Amino acid sequence: MTSGTGGGPTSPGGESSRAVAIRMEGISKYFGPIEANRGASLEVARGEIHALVGENGAGKSTLMRILGGLMKPDAGRVEVNGRDVTGWSTNDAIAAGIGIVHQHFMLVPTLTVAENLVLGSEPASRGMLDYERAAASVQSLSTETGLAVQPGRKISELSVGEAQRVEILKVLFRGAEILVLDEPTAVLSPPEVRELWAVLRRLRDKGDTIVLITHRLDEVVDLSDTITVMRAGATVARIRTAETSPAEIARAMVGREVALSAGRRVTPSSATGSRGSRGLEVRNLAIRGSRGNRVVDGVSFAVQPGEILGIAGVEGNGQTELIEALAGLREISEGQVLIDAVDITARTVAARHEVGLSHIPEDRHRRGLILEYSIADNLILGVENKFTKGHVIDRAAVLANASGQISSFDIRPGDPALFARALSGGNQQKVVIAREMSRAFSVLLASQPTRGVDVGAIEFIHQRLLDARAAGKAILLVSAELNEVLALSDRIAVMYRGRFAVVMPAAEASEEVLGEYMIGTKKGNAA
Amino acid sequence: MTAPLTAEEKPRRFAAPAWRERGEEALIPPFVALLVALICGDLLILSYGQSPLEVYRLLLEGTWGNAYGFGQVLYKATTLTFTGLAVSFGLRAGLFNIGGESQLAAGGFAAALAGLALPTGTPLVLALPLCIIAAGAAGGAVGAVPAYLKTRFGAHEVIVTIMLNFVVLAFLNWIIAAHLHVPETLHTPEIRAGALPRLSDMFTAFHGSAANLAMIVVLVVAAAVWFYLFRTSGGYALRAVGLQPDAAEYGGISVGRVWLKALTISGIIAGMGGINYVLGYKHYYEDGFASGAGFLGIAVALVGRNNPFGVVIAAFFFATLSQGGLAIHALVPKQMMDVLQGVVILAVAMSVPEVRRVLRGSRRRSDA
Amino acid sequence: MNAVDFLTQMVRIAIPYLFAASGGVVAERAGIVSLTLEGFMLSGAFGAALGTHYSGSPLVGLLSGILCGLIFSLLHALATIRYRSDQVVTGIAINLLAIGVTRFFLKLAFDSSSNSPRVAGFGGNRAAAGFDNPLLWLGLLVAPAVAFLIYRTPYGLRVRAAGDHPEAAESVGVSVKRVRYMAVAISGVLAGLGGVYLALDQHQFTDQMTAGRGFIAISAVIFGRWNPIRAALACLLFAAAETLQIQLQGSHAIPSQFIEMIPYVLTIIALAGVVGRSVPPAALGKAAD
Repeated sequence: MTSGTGGGPTSPGGESSRAVAIRMEGISKYFGPIEANRGASLEVARGEIHALVGENGAGKSTLMRILGGLMKPDAGRVEVNGRDVTGWSTNDAIAAGIGIVHQHFMLVPTLTVAENLVLGSEPASRGMLDYERAAASVQSLSTETGLAVQPGRKISELSVGEAQRVEILKVLFRGAEILVLDEPTAVLSPPEVRELWAVLRRLRDKGDTIVLITHRLDEVVDLSDTITVMRAGATVARIRTAETSPAEIARAMVGREVALSAGRRVTPSSATGSRGSRGLEVRNLAIRGSRGNRVVDGVSFAVQPGEILGIAGVEGNGQTELIEALAGLREISEGQVLIDAVDITARTVAARHEVGLSHIPEDRHRRGLILEYSIADNLILGVENKFTKGHVIDRAAVLANASGQISSFDIRPGDPALFARALSGGNQQKVVIAREMSRAFSVLLASQPTRGVDVGAIEFIHQRLLDARAAGKAILLVSAELNEVLALSDRIAVMYRGRFAVVMPAAEASEEVLGEYMIGTKKGNAA
Repeated sequence: MTAPLTAEEKPRRFAAPAWRERGEEALIPPFVALLVALICGDLLILSYGQSPLEVYRLLLEGTWGNAYGFGQVLYKATTLTFTGLAVSFGLRAGLFNIGGESQLAAGGFAAALAGLALPTGTPLVLALPLCIIAAGAAGGAVGAVPAYLKTRFGAHEVIVTIMLNFVVLAFLNWIIAAHLHVPETLHTPEIRAGALPRLSDMFTAFHGSAANLAMIVVLVVAAAVWFYLFRTSGGYALRAVGLQPDAAEYGGISVGRVWLKALTISGIIAGMGGINYVLGYKHYYEDGFASGAGFLGIAVALVGRNNPFGVVIAAFFFATLSQGGLAIHALVPKQMMDVLQGVVILAVAMSVPEVRRVLRGSRRRSDA
Repeated sequence: MNAVDFLTQMVRIAIPYLFAASGGVVAERAGIVSLTLEGFMLSGAFGAALGTHYSGSPLVGLLSGILCGLIFSLLHALATIRYRSDQVVTGIAINLLAIGVTRFFLKLAFDSSSNSPRVAGFGGNRAAAGFDNPLLWLGLLVAPAVAFLIYRTPYGLRVRAAGDHPEAAESVGVSVKRVRYMAVAISGVLAGLGGVYLALDQHQFTDQMTAGRGFIAISAVIFGRWNPIRAALACLLFAAAETLQIQLQGSHAIPSQFIEMIPYVLTIIALAGVVGRSVPPAALGKAAD
């Protein structure tokens, strides 16, 4: 991956005149055996808006937590304004002017705006909280920055946009001059997003430094001065925004080292569904999020037997909720879902399995596997009743099933008695896939099927998906990996802000074309 | 498929055989607790100017060293096994049933009622199952209340069961005191049917001890619980809900229904425990007979690591402590045992998360 | 009997509840389950009897009672905060331990299995009906004092944050662990005071003399939805029921056992959401990172 001016990750020239606010070098951080940061680096000039981009699990949040003093790096060096601050605490960071605005707000819902703001540095007189002084400080800061809030209201009563303003004010209140915002617009509506951008530009013009963790390409393009791209815990590129193009940025973010059969196009399927199979049909589906907004906003589509429909899109545009609703794990507000022409909109998870639905969940640790169960036991999750005589589990059958699936899906190590948590990510995923694809199904929901999976397993899993397609199954694939979607799908839909921006045959799709729909610069034909 | 495992695929060090991992995490905390208890016991004994060795010797002699003492241990362990099984069953589903005390009492009461209602001379083979069913039903009814409140209202079962304990025990006290008691006492008349033979009826060596055939019943129940949890699909689903409710839900298991079943069955098991006192020992229901066995069941479940066999062993341990207190009474006040009891529970509670953290951390470190 | 007698008796009965419930509110608002109030109260009662007996002064008894409550609460805090043990199990263990330890030292110090010798208390003038006992007045003031602490002081703000969203508190540099240690210690001191009042009012310590009062206190906390003033009102309500029961003893109108049940039944009803949603502090019972 190269920057716009050619060459590998380089320090762009011509800006030695700007002081360096943040310099992080060689940062390593382990969580158990997982390497969240692998020699990562970051250099942010003072007074700029710096975008930190990368897919889920790339290590951006971890890097920023280290910067903010919430955790210490295992190796590497952190410098803020020229001073070595490696391994400092949250209090040190706050005192030095670093303020982190978290993606999941760090606000106490039962307390008021003013109370949240002054928590930890409360103004007091004679032992009592000075509410007037607190409210006054909030008010003056609010006017100064143009972030309108009401000090006396409880956080639980605020809208998302208002709550975020409070979160930003919180760090400014403590004198932050270096702000780190983690996915700030993920939960905002378009007008709120524009407001936030205005605020950030105002702060930048005032001289503050801003690091923006995002994977919204439009933010990166329109807002940032410099971009750092992270992948798999390491920094892979550092680019000046003015010197690159949206397509290049998209490629840097989502591309993979592995030549993932790039350019392989799936031959048009001649498979017909199994007798009577009619695939998946979704009509006008709407889902409400926790704050009442529509995270899925009227989606309609069908997946035919023997077809893979791939949903591309930056995470956070409603894909997760869509799949959960189809699987029966989330309530549907409006619309219908049909499998083989049977309306399953109100049916339970178990009933959906009966009708022929299988689901590879995006979070295998939370949903897909019971980590404290053995491999063999995980392989019968959801179908345990099929391995019983009366109500007694037929252990021989369970073991036979396990051996069979371990060998046909090449699960390693192949000991059925091992705890699921002992396996590597790729093998854990294989367990999930073995289970979901071995039962009788006609529709398969595959959500991020190769996330966190090692290279060898990726190929294997892709082949299995194609085999299912050839056998006449209807497959709905959701993936943040553009290459994966391009390589496997017959048709591709791009999901943007809860809707399908476009649906097109895979033959017509490419990274550039899809990228523009993903950013939202192009609107398409989909309902 | 015989290609050698790549570095990524080699099982992490913490992938020791499942039984060994489970074994370590299960057995180390009770051992730690035992150690702590021994040290505490030594200190307390010394503060009385006695020799620990002497006292422990007397303890063992008085409990496992003679038939009467052992019989008493058997008797107490039986009740504790019932309540321990009840608590551990709930915990396997992720639910905390603190209501064992009142479920036990209700069960004993129902068994007595059944025993009084049946005509005298009803053969045991008929009377016993009926009394056991009555006991279980009463305990289950008490257990169903928190079960319902949790699934319907999300009310936390810990507080509900604690509150319900007081309510049910007060209610039972009223029934006895106001209506059903033999004058000058707080117990019902003797049951007419369903009495279990005492151990002393068969082996005169056990003369005087309360041990009775209820212990056969409890061993059957323990085996049944083990079988249900580890060999049936219902038990599979229940344990799944207790370990990872999100995954269970994803797999199509109805979490609410599992909760309902788990708490009710937990109540049933505790209720059945009432037969030990009522059918096997005194042959009547007496107000307050539970005397803390319900709460101690929590300790038994904890020390027994929620495993039916572990529960049996833990029940024996606590029963030995309790009986042992009486045996060493000449040297050290039996109150020492009350202290040791609390110390053991606290030590186990503190060591479980700590042991898990240390073991899993060291396995990972040797790996990275 | 007249209204004044009823009220005075009700107040006297309510004092231990008021102390313990107020302490329970602080600890639970900070996120630590407080089933231990019973044990703290019992140890406080014993400490008071012991201290008063050996020194002849109820003031010394007061201090030693507070110390005993404090020791047990620090044990609870250590186990749940540092060792992250299950808070419910630890609570039960602490209660059992308190029973055991008080019994043990009862035997050791007073050579009795049931009660200590008679000790002096505060006040004692019959005509004053207990209102010359400074502890009684302290008990009446403790709930407003705790309300002040929680809602009007910086520490109280941190307590509320620690119980509702500990991560938010940590993110601004507040040490949730320290806040919780302090909160549990406060609950130990206050519940211990409840025990001190009990023992000195009855002029002796008897085995398991708290007889479930700690659980009535926690019921009041829940029924009062973790608000100190509402919890105090619940304490008065429960005390009124108890006074009623005592007054009605002998008359067969309502059996005393049913009046005994009232606090517990009310709490169960509250948990079922019948009297408004019973929402505990969001982080209650979860170990902090």
